[in-house]
Amino acid sequence: MISLLRSIGLIFLHMFRKRETIQYPEEKVVLHPRWRGRIVLTRDPDGGERCVGCYLCAAACPVDCISLQATEDEQGRRYPAFFRINFSRCIFCGYCEEACPTYAIQLTPDFEMGEYNRQNLVYEKEDLLIDSQGKYPGYNYYKVAGLAAGVKGKGEGANEEPPVDIRSLIP
Amino acid sequence: MNEILKYTLMIVIILFTLTTIAAWLIWLERRMLALWQDRYGPNRAGPFGLFIVVADTIKLFFKEDWIPPFAEKAVFVFAPAIVAAAVLLSFVVVPFAPDILVADLDIGLLFFLAMSSLGVYSIVLGGWASNNKYSLLGALRGASQMISYEVFMGLSLMGVVMLSGSFRLTDIVMAQKDFWFVVTQPVAFVLFLTAGIAETHRLPFDIPEAESELVAGFHSEYSGMKFGMFFIGEYLGIILISAMVVTIFFGGWLGPVLPPVVWFTLKTFVFIVFFILLRASLPRPRYDQLMEYGWKIILPIALLNLLITGGITLLKN
Repeated sequence: MISLLRSIGLIFLHMFRKRETIQYPEEKVVLHPRWRGRIVLTRDPDGGERCVGCYLCAAACPVDCISLQATEDEQGRRYPAFFRINFSRCIFCGYCEEACPTYAIQLTPDFEMGEYNRQNLVYEKEDLLIDSQGKYPGYNYYKVAGLAAGVKGKGEGANEEPPVDIRSLIP
Repeated sequence: MNEILKYTLMIVIILFTLTTIAAWLIWLERRMLALWQDRYGPNRAGPFGLFIVVADTIKLFFKEDWIPPFAEKAVFVFAPAIVAAAVLLSFVVVPFAPDILVADLDIGLLFFLAMSSLGVYSIVLGGWASNNKYSLLGALRGASQMISYEVFMGLSLMGVVMLSGSFRLTDIVMAQKDFWFVVTQPVAFVLFLTAGIAETHRLPFDIPEAESELVAGFHSEYSGMKFGMFFIGEYLGIILISAMVVTIFFGGWLGPVLPPVVWFTLKTFVFIVFFILLRASLPRPRYDQLMEYGWKIILPIALLNLLITGGITLLKN
């Protein structure tokens, strides 16, 4: 009996507590930088696409919502001819971001993607590509890769030394 | 002629007010529950979210009015009407103010007890007609709960009847001019309140419904406005029990300065809110525990209270 009255009293006192509710459209939730939301394709510092069309994101995707087609430009630089994410299937698990070897595909703190038409949830490459380097500023895959694809000349990469002149004796 | 017109008008006004208040109680309950759970509750539609009731009602009207093919059709349709009708009939004797009441019966209290126990028919019939094992279980529970709690609901009121010397509710109110009966009959008040909660099948005594075990019990097969009738019946029941508690134990319309109706409404409102608070705070007892409390603890206390009240009254005379 005492415990019943006590719990009634305690619940009554909850009236004067702070509300837990966030009044959503007016009041936004704090989203942390690593929050897994809308997927984007980022660019390297020179403004080129980071994606090299390796298909690892599509392979890692547990719901198969990513589809792309890799292609190559004249200088041998790979990029996706199309890149399509079906957000009505996406579960925002972030495996694609983990799988990406070039930091191209990234999840962003944004969830406000509601649409009236289901087909509008299929994002094409121009919807996904942003003018930003995302979480890894300064990173340029073709600068650290061995392959010369029009981004750097021989020996001009980030951790590369200029090629040795085999005809010279000077060290 | 004038007399008939007056009472017809009174009935219409009371009926309209009660059903309207019962509907808005949906909003009140949701807001109060939210308040006690550190939330805001519905606050979007209209001022303070008041129009949630309108939206709810429209939704209920547009729901498919489904009668299961295995149900007993006539009884199934009829059952939800009983609960609202029985509760509304009890309001006939409730004195809202000295001049606002439909009928000042000299057996008002007995009439109230009789009508409020008729309400259980809707639960039993509704549960049985649904032809569903969970509904039937809910109905059985409703019936046995009613039997065990009706007994001491009546018994707890007999002390008040002894003190006021009348079954007429206006007399009972007038007898509380000096002391409210809650002062002289505190035990009876607690018992009546407990029985009242059980009578309206409100939490924590909602075992005929018991959504966590019986999937809404007696009304799990109901949809649309038939379900709405059960819903409205429940809220009307809350208003009725609160009004009766106020009438019998808290001096009804009596109070200084403010007009009688306002006093009555205020006091009733406090008890309605208390009902909601109980829902927010107490867990539902097990089925056999409820019966045990009823027969082994509360009934003896009610009888003892009656004995002591009788003894004191005798000694005073």
